[in-house]
Amino acid sequence: MNMMSDTMSATACLLQMADEHFELEDYQSGVPRWCTGCGDNAILAAVQRLCRDEALRPEKTVFVSGIGCSSRFPHYMKTYGFHGIHGRALPVAEGVKMARPDLTVFVNTGDGDCTSIGAAHWIHAIRYNMNLTVFLHDNQIYGLTKKQASPTSPIGTRSNTTPRGSYLEALNPLTVTLGVQNVSFVAQAADWIPEVLFDIVKAAYHHKGLSFVRIIQRCPEWLPKALDPWMHDPNKVQLLHHDDGLQLSTGLSRVYKNQLEHDPMNIDRAREIASGHETIPVGILYRNPAVPCYEDLRYSDKLRTPDLTRAGLNAELDKYTVWPQEAKEKVA
Amino acid sequence: MNEMIIEKSTKKTGNKAKAAAGKKAAIKLKEHIVEIISDSGEGAQKCGQSLGAIAAQMGNGIWTTEIIPAEIRPPARSVAGASGNRIRIGAGYITNGGDETDLVVAFNEQVLLGRVRAKELKPNCVILLESMWRSHSDQKIVASYIETHDRLVAAGYKVYEIPMEQECKKIVADAKRGKNMFALGMLCYLYSLELKLGADQIVLAFGKKDQSVVDANIKLLEAGHKWAEANLDFCYSIPAVRSTEPQLVVNGNTAIALGVLASGMEICAMYPITPATSASHYLSEVFEKVGGMVHQAEDEIAACAFAIGASYAGKCTITITSGPGYSLKQEAIGLAVMGEIPLVVVNVQRGGPSTGQPTKMEQGDLMTAIFGSHGDAPKVVLAPGTIEECFYSIITARKIAETFNMVVVVLTDAALATSQQPFPRPKFSETWMAPPVDQSPVAAGAKPYDWDETTGLARRFIPGQPGGMHTLTGLAHDRDSHVAYDAEINEQTLRFRSLKLAALQKTLKAPPVFGDPKGDLLVVGWGSTKGAIEEAVASMRAEGKKVSSMHLQFLQPLPPGIKEIMQGFKKVMTIESNWSDRPEDQIIDENNRRYSALAILLRSRYLVDVDCWSEVKGQPIKPGTMRRVMSEKLKKH
Repeated sequence: MNMMSDTMSATACLLQMADEHFELEDYQSGVPRWCTGCGDNAILAAVQRLCRDEALRPEKTVFVSGIGCSSRFPHYMKTYGFHGIHGRALPVAEGVKMARPDLTVFVNTGDGDCTSIGAAHWIHAIRYNMNLTVFLHDNQIYGLTKKQASPTSPIGTRSNTTPRGSYLEALNPLTVTLGVQNVSFVAQAADWIPEVLFDIVKAAYHHKGLSFVRIIQRCPEWLPKALDPWMHDPNKVQLLHHDDGLQLSTGLSRVYKNQLEHDPMNIDRAREIASGHETIPVGILYRNPAVPCYEDLRYSDKLRTPDLTRAGLNAELDKYTVWPQEAKEKVA
Repeated sequence: MNEMIIEKSTKKTGNKAKAAAGKKAAIKLKEHIVEIISDSGEGAQKCGQSLGAIAAQMGNGIWTTEIIPAEIRPPARSVAGASGNRIRIGAGYITNGGDETDLVVAFNEQVLLGRVRAKELKPNCVILLESMWRSHSDQKIVASYIETHDRLVAAGYKVYEIPMEQECKKIVADAKRGKNMFALGMLCYLYSLELKLGADQIVLAFGKKDQSVVDANIKLLEAGHKWAEANLDFCYSIPAVRSTEPQLVVNGNTAIALGVLASGMEICAMYPITPATSASHYLSEVFEKVGGMVHQAEDEIAACAFAIGASYAGKCTITITSGPGYSLKQEAIGLAVMGEIPLVVVNVQRGGPSTGQPTKMEQGDLMTAIFGSHGDAPKVVLAPGTIEECFYSIITARKIAETFNMVVVVLTDAALATSQQPFPRPKFSETWMAPPVDQSPVAAGAKPYDWDETTGLARRFIPGQPGGMHTLTGLAHDRDSHVAYDAEINEQTLRFRSLKLAALQKTLKAPPVFGDPKGDLLVVGWGSTKGAIEEAVASMRAEGKKVSSMHLQFLQPLPPGIKEIMQGFKKVMTIESNWSDRPEDQIIDENNRRYSALAILLRSRYLVDVDCWSEVKGQPIKPGTMRRVMSEKLKKH
């Protein structure tokens, strides 16, 4: 960057061009340790593709996660990553973004991480509406701790803590998110429809504000058949499309005939669609680019130089200083 | 000695304050403790702060302490509702709030009763009592007033009834707004303080408002002064030499906020909690002007996580809290320790456990600061002992946090938070500030956790640095920041993180000893008890007792030389405001006695028989109490 000398050679110029071009390998780090068939793999593929297509500089990109299977995500990205503590990915990511609005920040969080232990942060993150892209990896079960019901487990889910089936209706992350003031982007994807998954990830990335993407994903280990009814019957998936939303390819339309034109600016309709039980809506439910971002409201553009600090400090000290008599007279 | 002088001046008790008039010779005092108390919202706080500032201007040593009721709006005229300020004014430097009060101005007899019952007044304390209640329309109030008044007089207090309300109403329609300035005027007269300085305080406080507000308040101030001159038969002077250098008069929380500004930290994440919040209030306003931001998070955990995220991606940040908030932050603090992210955490201690006593002073969080968070989570722990140290400790904390990539906990308490004491005005130095965020490329092959074998130190890579990409993790990790599945690596990294404390310890100097380096008794303390301990030690020494004290600012790591210092004394004890079992209790013996926090640390580290004495009454321990404790310890075998 500023390392470049004034007499930049043609070679350096070419090198810089090469530097702006990225391959998938530039974002891949290690071999994911997720189970075969785990939906996390599909999300990773879509996100790595996004990074390459958008030529995101790896050093300017940060993936922040909490704890759980999905929160291993940053380890498989060759960017900066922050694999923190259970439930707290969002406040960590907010801190990163506030300190450094120049960084592109993604958040990977699971259904336990986001909608249970981190639920308070989830609500408030929507309200802050910082420019973050949040992926809720929702497999409706606690995986890493070995099969306990999560808030999004459908009622009756048998798990190690609910051996006769879970007792409560599942929490609906879409309706919750759509109910919070300042919500600016809500979408739903399914790991088994990679084309739409990618389009949504891309739309989410391009939205300025908090993009909340719930990705319904399979857990082959603990709930291998839970999503079969939806996977086996394309009509149980309702694709949302609109001129200002997703455009569906002909190939996709051939398989998924249950389609609905939905204007992402219409929040009331978005809430209705999100509240449905029988079909899974997939697409962009809501998008409002006019909601202000917290970092824009709060970030100070004052560069805190030593001179500014000295001046600011002295102005404050003046308020509380008891001057010796002669010094005071001198000032006067 | 002070009391003797007062005796002479007020021979009659229960004065109606009408008899004498005219100019009296001021009685010279070395020091006095003055209180102004009222229902909350009547301005006694402001009056007290102004009195402190005026005395400081005159060159007097001062220590002001807020008297805060537990509720925001306690019922009017209630015993538990006293709100106000207590100012210790001295001819010389004052290091603590001192013992009991010499003179009190009370706006009603009920708040006064609260102070009497709390044994906060000297036996023959002078009381200037608002007399409006004697002619109140409610007969119950009249009866209560008369009864209390007569009892106080009978108990030996020198009560002067002052028609404050009546006098103020000659100037303003609502005496509630301004009675405090009338009181300030009286006090300026009583302590021979320049009235002009009082007017300056009014301009400072109300300058931004309407000029008519300033004028009315100055009139009230002058009226108070005039009234006292005409009607009170005594006045004092506490002669002082004006300082030759500018002094700063702020409380501990403001000093912390100023330290944050001076240290160059730009983000403070917090959640409201008493008694810490005022530091963030002040910082919120300052940052609006200078740049930076206070983030009021949705909870304490989020505040800590936000600060950690911001610190990870940029300059060191700060989170300010009190005990319950500190408990909630523990897991996140452990993450910062594991990830080696610099972070400053201020814990303005209050009474605990649980919600405890939110507005009261206690030193109960030393152990949780050092050993808190699960697993071995080494952190640096600092405890300022004066208001001045509150300011500089934040600058030191920021520097250590960023040099060692560690969490630095700064422990203050409710007493420091709300007390004021002048100290030399700081002169800003660029070295206080953090360097700009490192965005230079990382050399090929460099590892994100390349721990030094001797010191455990590793450079940290900050997002934006080309070539430094890695995933920071709270899981055990190796030099590449890869998740370590190997227990060997876990043990090695525990070693490195611990070594950093030793590396810091090697840079510390032995703490100074107050008094002779050898003697019969060494008193060890930490935090806000410093001034009172040293005052008690000084007065013991003046009586020929071989007592010294040592005050620790670094609690983790402990500086070198402590054992050698302790070995110079026949007896060593700590005086602390955290619980220790009372040896006189029937079932307490050496096998089960729980010692105070610092005593435990010193005993376990140095194998020295350190005794302890503690008082946990929510108030700073008085120097008089400490003198008694030290005398008893000297007598014991």
